[in-house]
Amino acid sequence: MKKSLLLIAVVLLTVGSFAQSAKYSTAMKTQIDQLAAAFGNNGFPALANNFERIGDAEKTQWLPYYYAAYATVMSALIEQNHSKTDAIADKAEALIGKAESLAGAPNSELYVIKSMIATAHLQVDPQNRWMQYGQVSADNIEKAKQADPTNPRPVYLEGQSKFFTPEAFGGGKAVAKPIFEKALTMFSDFKPAGELYPTWGKESTEYFLSQCK
Amino acid sequence: MRVVLLLVVCLCWQAVVNAQTQVSGRVTDKAGKPVPGASVGIKDSYDGATSDSTGHYRFTTEEKGVQQVVVSCIGYQLWEQPLTVEGAALVLDIKLKEQPSELKAVVVTAGSFEASDSKRTTVLNSIDVATTASANADITAAIRTLPGTQQVGEKEGLFIRGGSGEEAKVFIDGTLVNNYFYSAVPDISQRGRFSPFIFKGTVFSSGGYSALYGQALSGALILETIDLPERTEASLGISSVGLSGGYQYLNKKKTFSGGASYAYTNLLPYFALVKQRVDYFKVPAYHGADANFRWKTSKTGLLKFYGTFQANRLGIRTADIDSASLKNAFGLKNHNLYGNLSWREKLGDDWHIYLGSSFSTNRDDIQNQLQNRQNEQQDIDGLPWNIKTFDALVKGSLTQVKAVLERKFGGLTAFRFGGEYQYFHDDLSYTDTLNRHNIINDHFKAAFAEADIYVTNNLAAKIGTRVEHSSLLDKANLVPRVSLAYRLGKLGQASLAYGIFYQKPEKTQLVIDPGLSYTRASHYIANFQKVTATRTLRIEAFYKKYEDLVKTYPALNNNGYGYAKGVELFWRDRKTVKYVDYWVSYSFLDTKRDYLNYPYSLTPNFAAKHTASLVVKRFITNWKTQVNASYSFATGRPYYGFRYNAGASKYEVFDQGDTPPYNNLSLSINYLPNIGKQNSKTFVVWVLSVNNVLNQQQLYNYNYSYNGLIRQPVRPPANQFFFIGCFFSFGVDRSQDIINSNL
Repeated sequence: MKKSLLLIAVVLLTVGSFAQSAKYSTAMKTQIDQLAAAFGNNGFPALANNFERIGDAEKTQWLPYYYAAYATVMSALIEQNHSKTDAIADKAEALIGKAESLAGAPNSELYVIKSMIATAHLQVDPQNRWMQYGQVSADNIEKAKQADPTNPRPVYLEGQSKFFTPEAFGGGKAVAKPIFEKALTMFSDFKPAGELYPTWGKESTEYFLSQCK
Repeated sequence: MRVVLLLVVCLCWQAVVNAQTQVSGRVTDKAGKPVPGASVGIKDSYDGATSDSTGHYRFTTEEKGVQQVVVSCIGYQLWEQPLTVEGAALVLDIKLKEQPSELKAVVVTAGSFEASDSKRTTVLNSIDVATTASANADITAAIRTLPGTQQVGEKEGLFIRGGSGEEAKVFIDGTLVNNYFYSAVPDISQRGRFSPFIFKGTVFSSGGYSALYGQALSGALILETIDLPERTEASLGISSVGLSGGYQYLNKKKTFSGGASYAYTNLLPYFALVKQRVDYFKVPAYHGADANFRWKTSKTGLLKFYGTFQANRLGIRTADIDSASLKNAFGLKNHNLYGNLSWREKLGDDWHIYLGSSFSTNRDDIQNQLQNRQNEQQDIDGLPWNIKTFDALVKGSLTQVKAVLERKFGGLTAFRFGGEYQYFHDDLSYTDTLNRHNIINDHFKAAFAEADIYVTNNLAAKIGTRVEHSSLLDKANLVPRVSLAYRLGKLGQASLAYGIFYQKPEKTQLVIDPGLSYTRASHYIANFQKVTATRTLRIEAFYKKYEDLVKTYPALNNNGYGYAKGVELFWRDRKTVKYVDYWVSYSFLDTKRDYLNYPYSLTPNFAAKHTASLVVKRFITNWKTQVNASYSFATGRPYYGFRYNAGASKYEVFDQGDTPPYNNLSLSINYLPNIGKQNSKTFVVWVLSVNNVLNQQQLYNYNYSYNGLIRQPVRPPANQFFFIGCFFSFGVDRSQDIINSNL
């Protein structure tokens, strides 16, 4: 009987903790699946809140904060009212800081978000901010490439940067096209480190590539 | 079997426990307006929702018992409250308080223009200074396109709101700069000694400035040097007036940087091509060397040093006004050494400390000669000729330390206090028919305290006080400085400022009578401002009262007085015309004063009634070129001929009038050929500028002969100024920055 009770206790505990991590990955997957659709309906702020709540509850996982920062910086980048952009980008900065301290060390994906945060600040007043934020954005793309040469996302960001740069400044569609092509190949080969790890960017790369023709 | 059964029971039990409770409600701000995008959730759980555009939210939770509800939203303070969750649907309405933030809060702006690279909302920044067409990269010349300043071309200094050039002071990293401008030359205004590129922030105050600064009756130009540079680089410049080169090092960890540069300016080739009105027997030549280091002493601490040594000389010969055949030759040799060391650090979470120190020494060696047609010295007895040949040796040094402690409270409220000590040592020798040698020392001390009080995001106050004591004057003063700002609507704000400002008399006056007292001005300023990311509108009205100004007869005294009042307008727009950035400023000034040798209260000769400037900039992408233009206009300024009436023992006005209006159209072009070149390590900027493109006649004032029978117009040495230069920086790929700017 004693043995049975012990067994029950062990089973219950195991089921409980298994249920907990299953709950975490289920919740994360649900949110991650909604990210692609968020472009259309600006679901980014709500998703950012959901990811942040998961991060706050879990306390030891860096990915929820990473995704919260990603969703937040996306909402900063698509915000039309530039007087709001800085505050949203600052929020993304705070979230990526939390992700970084939980991840223990900076990694390629964190640099990608940092580059996007700088780009968001830059968008508010490009003429006056390029000296400061343009540099930060470019530096982080480089760091992301160095930290993981197989990561296609910094390559995609680089292509996007060239895409929006006038031809007179060494940008343009012709310059961007091979970079997007490279990114697309890298997306096909890319193996995320785990099931909840970032995979976004392929559809956007395909979209930009179609615009390069 | 039993185990399985138990397991099933347990799972069912969990399901029962996991029965859901619905929580819903509405998130609003204090005024009851909906707050969209707020995150409402149960602490330490996944459960929660985001408020919609009407502020409504709804979510379900599996938690039971007393739970903590947490609400967060960008721009609002965190909201937390316990809630008992028992299964029945709950309705919870939430009122959020605004987070005081630098971006949204009102800023106390009456009287000051902030031009900084670090703050995100600025009126002008250092690139603007460098690309203002009429300025030729001189900071104060760019400031002259802002309202409140005069287009004075015959004397250096900022002439602010009816104030003379001496009434505006320049501060670098918190401490006073004694010889900001190159040494004075009769009737020719001089540039500032400092390049705009060493500064990251500029605050131009045309009145009502902070209690942290003092001893300027009219206004203050507060400059902040850059922190660590972006990277290691070497630079080289070649222009129509000289050569320059420098090297700047930054370590890999970006914790230390150091550098030095040297510039040599000689106007000989330029003057050979462009004829000057005055005869330069010594063509202006300038040597300037500087050195700097910046060291991050900790994550939050920074130690900065900037030092410069300059040596220059010039000599000009003009026709003597009191005789048909004689000439007046003025020769100047100047040496100037300046060093500034400052340290800032965060102490704990709430305290900041700032320590600044600077040392400067300046030496002007002046020789003036009355000369004949063969340029030989000519000695003639009797006034005014016998005092026209003189030697002057003016030496001055300033040693100072300043400390400021700042305590931050919740939000933006802050309290700061501190003190400063300045030791002025001036040694003046003057020899004409007599020998005079004077040494004056002043131990000047000041203590100050200031509080930034944010009542709400909509109402802020800056309240400060300052106490000063000069050992030379042996007098102390205590002054209040108060300003208020109130937000009107979403983007507008109104500000008020009041303050009393004291200033020591000039050293040339104190040498004669050390018994003089402080001069004094009271400022009253009202301001309205509306700012968006691309447009700025400012309207400012002011009244300034002068008391205890120095008069020079019958003996030196403090019986002078005056007033200035006016309205100013500033409009900057980067939106209306695509790719074009422009600003317009207009100043109306009504001022009179009785000071120096004025026989009665008069509008001073440095005050025009109406002054306006238009500055336009456009970057043409396909040409990789920025085109800048500026136009300045001022109505005529008064001029006076004063004559001493020995019988009445006072001065009389025997001639007066207004100069013709001032017009100046300037153009400059910056060509950046390497923009966008792949992997280019060299960055090149070509600069071409023309001052007074239309060759309009400029007449600033008149000089009168001793007997008053002859008057000579004061004009610039040449109507126009042309500049061409090419500046390289190596080891830097800036093209990436510019590419990103076009994202």
